[in-house]
Amino acid sequence: MSSGVLSGAATAVLLVIFVAGWIWAWSSRRQQDFEAAARLPLEDDAKECSP
Amino acid sequence: MNAATVDERYNDTVVRQFTLMTVVWGIVGMAVGVLIAAQLYWPALTEGISWLSYGRLRPLHTNAVVFAFGGCALMATSFYVVQRTCHARLFSDRLASFVFWGWQAVILSAAVSLPLGLTQGKEYAELEWPIDILITLVWVAYAVVFFGTLVRRRVKHIYVANWFYASFIVAVALLHVVNNLALPVSWLKSYSVYTGAVDAMAQWWYGHNAVGFFLTAGFLGMMYYFVPKQAGRPVYSYRLSIVHFWALIAIYMWAGPHHLQYTALPDWAQSLGMVFSLILLAPSWGGAINGVMTLSGAWHKLRTDPIIKFLIVSLSFYMIATFEGPMMSIKTVNSLSHYTDWTVGHVHAGALGWVAMISLGAVYAMWPRLLGLQTMHSVKLIDLHFWIHTIGVVFYIASMWIAGVMQGLMWRATNADGTLTYSFVESLAATYPYYLIRFLGGVLVLLGMGVMAWNIWLTWRAAHSTQDMAVLPVVTQH
Repeated sequence: MSSGVLSGAATAVLLVIFVAGWIWAWSSRRQQDFEAAARLPLEDDAKECSP
Repeated sequence: MNAATVDERYNDTVVRQFTLMTVVWGIVGMAVGVLIAAQLYWPALTEGISWLSYGRLRPLHTNAVVFAFGGCALMATSFYVVQRTCHARLFSDRLASFVFWGWQAVILSAAVSLPLGLTQGKEYAELEWPIDILITLVWVAYAVVFFGTLVRRRVKHIYVANWFYASFIVAVALLHVVNNLALPVSWLKSYSVYTGAVDAMAQWWYGHNAVGFFLTAGFLGMMYYFVPKQAGRPVYSYRLSIVHFWALIAIYMWAGPHHLQYTALPDWAQSLGMVFSLILLAPSWGGAINGVMTLSGAWHKLRTDPIIKFLIVSLSFYMIATFEGPMMSIKTVNSLSHYTDWTVGHVHAGALGWVAMISLGAVYAMWPRLLGLQTMHSVKLIDLHFWIHTIGVVFYIASMWIAGVMQGLMWRATNADGTLTYSFVESLAATYPYYLIRFLGGVLVLLGMGVMAWNIWLTWRAAHSTQDMAVLPVVTQH
């Protein structure tokens, strides 16, 4: 296999992984989990004030 | 909602120690920087004193600001953030304490060995092999404490800031060990196992990723915790932060050859380094925009909260530096910029603008909380520090940009018959006034650190107790 084919294939694989990553991150099933995770640094604050 | 009670306190002792040393080493490292900037303007300043010569103090400056100031800031914030976002105490008190004292021992060994001229001759990896082994031991302990705490977490998700800290810890371990492989010939002297172009490639694979993982990934972890925290709202897009993380760590690893354009490195490797550097613009800006947009709807806080100013302006400098970096990696631009003071300006836009400002913002946010207080003793002094620092950085980088571009143009100028238009010393004479402006910029930054030390001391004095805070209970939803 020539190096041209190899780098073409590597580029294609990386592109597919990248797009798959976007789809995974943006799928609606993860939304709730991510919203909960995003609140982690703030949760802490709310409770610092309450007794 | 049901809050499970947790009978545990955070280990804030080690966080307080690292935070305090962040300020101390910041002052030391920047003072050495100001001294060597003065030496460039007054070359005879320390003439005849070998251990105060420029060549020995320059690595002391870089090691002190990167590994002592930046390192302490990273260790302080990573231990602070991992405990709070995991609702758990640090994995092991003894190991955490070893990380602190071990890291201080590394810094002190550097402060002695570098002025003595003991060096491996590798930029940012100057320390000789016995110190390298100590660094490895401390780093392994650091990784055990950090990952051990992640394992002990009481919440399901690992917050994105911890992903960045984790990648920084793993990558730096890898970089440090591979680049420092050497054959010792005595206690104080070793030779690298690499030679020639391979040595150069290993060195700049290390050097660039020291920027990518030590000076970027870890500090992005800081951004993902302290920007939302200080803005009082969650990060703009958590999904984007995940894509940001994977894209950044996947691409950074391959950009190192841009430090070796037009050298003996194979041409394809140079071009590859350039291409990866250009692609790197996307995740860098994506992440920075994610941080800045976290403030949308709360922009008014920029007027009233100087900590937010530090954090957001640091992201502006991050965007400047990560636009400039890919541009400078383009071979034709690099042929103008390389070996000039433009590079020095670029590095300081990143170091003083991005790394220092996000760290200072984080220290101002953490310090009162670590002492059971609401805010720093004086918010006005934080604002004063912000302005002195910002003006200092602008003086510094603007003077180096002008000096660098001028040097590049003078060095490449040729007459009609092909001879060089300027001698080297003519370009040096033209640079001379800019070295004074750079020195003044550095003095301002150092003055700002003095203001900070004063405020840190006043806040410490006002603290009633330094008792560690109770671990927050986990809220489970039903």
